Amino acid sequence: MSVTINIKNLVKSYKKVEALKDISLIIKPNELFGFIGPDGAGKTTLFRILTSLILPDSGLITVDQWDVIRDFKNIRKITGYMPGRFSLYMDLTVQENLEFYAKLFGTNIQENYDLIKDVYEQIAPFKNRRAGALSGGMKQKLALSCALIHKPRLLVLDEPTTGVDAVSRKEFWELLKKMQKKDITILVSTPYMDEAALCDRVALMQSGKLLSLDTPQQIINDFKGNLFAIRTEKMYTLLNSLTAFDAEMQVYRFGESLHLSTSLNPSEAKEKITRYLTEKGYREIYIEQVTPVIEDCFLALMNKTIVS
Amino acid sequence: MWAFVKKEFLYIFRDYRTMIILFGMPLVQIMLFGFAITNDINNAHIAVLDNSKDVVTREITQKLLSSHYFILDRYLKSYQEIKPAFRRGEIKEVVVFQNDFAKKIKTEGKAHIQLILDASDPNTANILDAYTKGIINTYVFHNLLQGRKIPLHINVQNTMLYNQELKSVFMFVPGIITVILMLISAMMTSITIVREKELGTMEALLVSPVKPAIIIIGKVIPYVVLSFINLVIILLLSQFVFGMPIRGSAPLLLAESLLFLIMSLSLGILISTASKTQQQAMMLSMFVLMLPTILLSGFIFPIENMPLALRLLSDIMPGKWFIIIIKNIMLKGVGIAYFWKETLIILGMTIAFVVMSIKRFNIRLDE
Repeated sequence: MSVTINIKNLVKSYKKVEALKDISLIIKPNELFGFIGPDGAGKTTLFRILTSLILPDSGLITVDQWDVIRDFKNIRKITGYMPGRFSLYMDLTVQENLEFYAKLFGTNIQENYDLIKDVYEQIAPFKNRRAGALSGGMKQKLALSCALIHKPRLLVLDEPTTGVDAVSRKEFWELLKKMQKKDITILVSTPYMDEAALCDRVALMQSGKLLSLDTPQQIINDFKGNLFAIRTEKMYTLLNSLTAFDAEMQVYRFGESLHLSTSLNPSEAKEKITRYLTEKGYREIYIEQVTPVIEDCFLALMNKTIVS
Repeated sequence: MWAFVKKEFLYIFRDYRTMIILFGMPLVQIMLFGFAITNDINNAHIAVLDNSKDVVTREITQKLLSSHYFILDRYLKSYQEIKPAFRRGEIKEVVVFQNDFAKKIKTEGKAHIQLILDASDPNTANILDAYTKGIINTYVFHNLLQGRKIPLHINVQNTMLYNQELKSVFMFVPGIITVILMLISAMMTSITIVREKELGTMEALLVSPVKPAIIIIGKVIPYVVLSFINLVIILLLSQFVFGMPIRGSAPLLLAESLLFLIMSLSLGILISTASKTQQQAMMLSMFVLMLPTILLSGFIFPIENMPLALRLLSDIMPGKWFIIIIKNIMLKGVGIAYFWKETLIILGMTIAFVVMSIKRFNIRLDE
């Protein structure tokens, strides 16, 4: 039932920016596929082309046997799409929104209730409340219900967790995992790197280019070099000092500490850095090797493309 | 499609601002135009400079004052007082009788009355002038000409057909109906369609398998219904509050209005395809529709007096044709045989707008 998506040499430019630069990838049936990247990476453009909302300049997308330009009517029937902006009618109640979207696709709530049950049960207590009065997380759950109501075979979610609190984000991803079991191909885009680990496979995107495409684990395994977390009592100038230290090392802020990646072996690197920082007058130097997460991989890949 | 209609109705009723615009604006407008902004003149203050003070001048003065148009502000004693009297701004007209008025009529068969008017407001001056002349002529005709034979006297007697009292409400109501129908239909539809674009719900509608025509028809039907209710309210108001008659067939009037409504709605859809934000849609409707309709449709200013370029421009104002139709039905009471041409013009415009907006309405997002 779920679909295969084949994207080939996709190019799309707006007046001034090239939003997508020659993207090619294949998404397998029943995959939970994540597009990860900062704002402006081209995620929304890609989704809009996929849902036949805009036309590509060149390239090809097929959803199963259907071409996204020629057979857009067939694709629209089997696609559930949740746009990045809240696509709900704020003056309608939860129930009315759901009914409206059900009728839009020529179905009703009862028919596919089992599919949306898990999501809808969480918002059912508020079913007579206007959508505008819901919290961000609730709105997204309602939007998800609306996107699922016609039993789509392909679910496209554009930044569903942006602007949603951490707890709701976690709940939302749990729901997506459940949906995946109902034989739906799911595409999610997100600017949050930590969510990448929850996908089957992820595509890291930056300025319209694909940096990497693999399972989250494989992307982490592919990380070259050793990674250290560094903290001192004086954080403010630390970044500048370390950047000036060795051009071969990459340094960037990561949460409360700095991450530094180097091709030197761990003990040698640790010693070299500690000596350098002591000379510079830093005290309480804390340095420890850490395993990279997706964000480290993304930043490393990003730097690599900038350098080359 | 009914899902759309239901949703749209719910939306309109929940948004009190829309409701206020929908029903408040027409009421306010018609009340304003009917009561406050009127060309009818009642109780204009005048002064009289009577140099003769005889029976005839007194009688004429009496006649003037017994009409409800004039109130005597004062008698002036000399010409010198005229200018200061006007300057104070209280009086609109001075009636001057020459010396020996009655005597001259008897001996020479003619005498002079001078009317001096405050023309800083030309419309008022014209109307006062006409009223005064009318009253004086009637007096002359009834009182002085009886039993006399004045050589070559031609008596012009006019009858104001269709609007005997020259009430301005009769002129305004067709105009207001036109403006309100146009504004509500075109502006509201364009705004609601653009609002969906702005809020992002249009994205969700477009990816659904529903045809664009259905989306639009579903959005438009509630406004057809509401505008129609509005129309009936305006007609009832104008009939029972202002005494505006419907001399022709009411069903025909409603049918023509419906046609005009649909025309405005399709224009609204066209506007919505051309605008990206609600403000833009509103501005477009205001400047492209409302102002030209008010100024160029013959609602306030007669088209016949305009320069050729503006007259040609007025021909493409749908409002112009509709005003002709309403006036024909309401005031003249004639049937479709007399305005089938205008009806056809509006029908043609409707079809043109519908075709254009369907062509322009994108099945995809604008970029």
